[in-house]
Amino acid sequence: MAQISMVEAINLAQAWELQNDPDMVVLGEDVGVNGGVFRATSGLQQRFGAQRVFDTPLAEGLIAGVSVALAAQGLKPVAEIQFMGFIYPALDQIASHMARLRNRTRGRITCPLVLRMPHGGGIHAPEHHSESLETLLCHHPGLRVLCPSSPQRAYGMLLGAIRSPDPVMFLEPVRLYRLARQEVQDDGQALPIDRCFRLRNGDDVTLLSWGAMTVEAMKAAERLAKENIQCDVLDVASLAPIDFDSILDSVVKTGRLVIAHEAVRTCGVGAEIAATVAEHALYDLRAPVRRVTGYDTIMPLYRLENEYLPGVERIVDAVRATLVDG
Amino acid sequence: MKGGTIVADFSVPYLQLLDADGRLTGPLPSLADNPQEWLAMYRMMVRTRLFDTKAVNLQRTGKLGTYPPCLGQEAVHVGVGAALLPQDVVFPVYREIGTKFWRGVTLRDVLLYWGGDERGTHYVNTPQDFPFCVPIASQMPHAAGAALAFKLRGEARCALGYIGDGGTSQGAFYEAINFAGARGLPLVTVVVNNQYAISAPVRVQTACETLAQKGIAAGMRCLQIDGNDLLAVRVAVGEAAERARRGDGPTLIEALTYRLSDHTTSDDASRYRDAEEVTAARAREPMVRMRRFLEERKLWSDAQEAAWRAECSAEIEAAVQEYLTTPRQPVDSMFDHVYAELPRSLEWQREEARRFSGRR
Repeated sequence: MAQISMVEAINLAQAWELQNDPDMVVLGEDVGVNGGVFRATSGLQQRFGAQRVFDTPLAEGLIAGVSVALAAQGLKPVAEIQFMGFIYPALDQIASHMARLRNRTRGRITCPLVLRMPHGGGIHAPEHHSESLETLLCHHPGLRVLCPSSPQRAYGMLLGAIRSPDPVMFLEPVRLYRLARQEVQDDGQALPIDRCFRLRNGDDVTLLSWGAMTVEAMKAAERLAKENIQCDVLDVASLAPIDFDSILDSVVKTGRLVIAHEAVRTCGVGAEIAATVAEHALYDLRAPVRRVTGYDTIMPLYRLENEYLPGVERIVDAVRATLVDG
Repeated sequence: MKGGTIVADFSVPYLQLLDADGRLTGPLPSLADNPQEWLAMYRMMVRTRLFDTKAVNLQRTGKLGTYPPCLGQEAVHVGVGAALLPQDVVFPVYREIGTKFWRGVTLRDVLLYWGGDERGTHYVNTPQDFPFCVPIASQMPHAAGAALAFKLRGEARCALGYIGDGGTSQGAFYEAINFAGARGLPLVTVVVNNQYAISAPVRVQTACETLAQKGIAAGMRCLQIDGNDLLAVRVAVGEAAERARRGDGPTLIEALTYRLSDHTTSDDASRYRDAEEVTAARAREPMVRMRRFLEERKLWSDAQEAAWRAECSAEIEAAVQEYLTTPRQPVDSMFDHVYAELPRSLEWQREEARRFSGRR
């Protein structure tokens, strides 16, 4: 079986579903002949035709709004927003319509679609190309917000997203697009889109992260394992709704929680998780919850991006702090 | 510019068939030459106005929430309704009840919506039409998207997107018409120019001589019509819809009318416009001229008018009673349609809502 990258896995998942679901269409800026700036849709127009894989005008709000109606009309749009930093013009459509259409029509009109977008930093990109803006999306009930962290999970979760009856925001960590290769079974099997994935089993500390930050989390866990500190590493994967059952089970087991994410700290998804853990499992905690996050600053231009993005050292330090506290 | 070359030249046609006194300005195109339809449209305008008046009264007596009246704009709304086929799809703003009623949305539905109940958007007879759209212009990309779906599937249908004069200042409006032009989509855009975006007159929005000409930049056919002339609306929208359905691309129609009412029941239009202006506009309103037109042709009489009004009033009264006696939705309904299936974390919140339902 071929070893493929995450971006290739995303391409494969779309190809599988285009082949098997005649209602699916792919749209966005440069997704056609060019195959997407990251090549996530490479070859799809050639294979499935310009009726089903097509370029739109350069207008993110339009892409989102057109997708709402395509979905309402029974097609299955899988639209690409070229970078998450450009999501702002689409937010009106996402918040005012995608998230609400099912509810405001009592289920008469629904909005099953996927909005794919590169997420996060770490590739020395220009300004506005490195943002982690999941909080903007998680604040809107009705949306599912997913962020995969490996080629296999990207493949399976994207298929799950495309088949979901709900609108799904699919955040693709740019740093992972080509970082690691993995054997991916191109069998059309979807993964659950409402579950955490356990990346490593441990009893001492629960370590939560998602997207590219899972790489740092796993490295930190490996380093700590050498000191016989065993981290229970979970990839949260579904940022909205969150699989709190899995998270709480882990926290009850370990009594300690560290959350690592790239996005700014204030109102980050980590804050929501910490608050919910406090509500449901405070007395199971043996130490204060620690967050390792992007700072509440503007994402710097790339010379400083590695100062901004949480690294292994910060995560290891936070884990150790929970052990000292306890 | 001396020696310069004209690379493109544009014009905006204007259409009026029935003047303010109810006289035809020229021969009637066959699309509008249908006495049975004249009567049906006129009746619907009367029904719409009586409902509108009742809705305002309900709000004033605390029985309805904020409501945006359509007084004076009935011809656009009803003419659009008559020009469309059931398989077409309408993307309204929030004032176009005449179109909704024509297409089978019930009086009770509209009362429920403005009375604070989502079930008012559960249109049984027009299952693909979108509900009212409050965020200005955000419905236009939907209209373009539905038009794209029709084109991709090779269906002879059109999407009709409504927008107001203020809405033409929004990016979503330009993005949608630009896309429809670029793709040759079966989209009919009706700009209802009622002269005011709440308090802001059209001159605050734009230096354009017409709003119709905004369609030129989108590469589409465009025209301006007398939006208080029911027959002009019927013809212009009917032609545009037929073109769209047969694959001849989008049209933008600016319908000139006047909002005789306040913006909503929460607004006081006397703060920003003169009584004389409103009086002058009232003389151009759409219903009197249509009634004269019908009466001169012996198609309508005072007796018929009285009988129809009585019939409508009875229907409206019944709908109001039905609305007022509709029990509110159970608290669970807040959770029922957020996702296709309730996520676990929302189960916890639903338990809380149930526990405190009815207790504050």
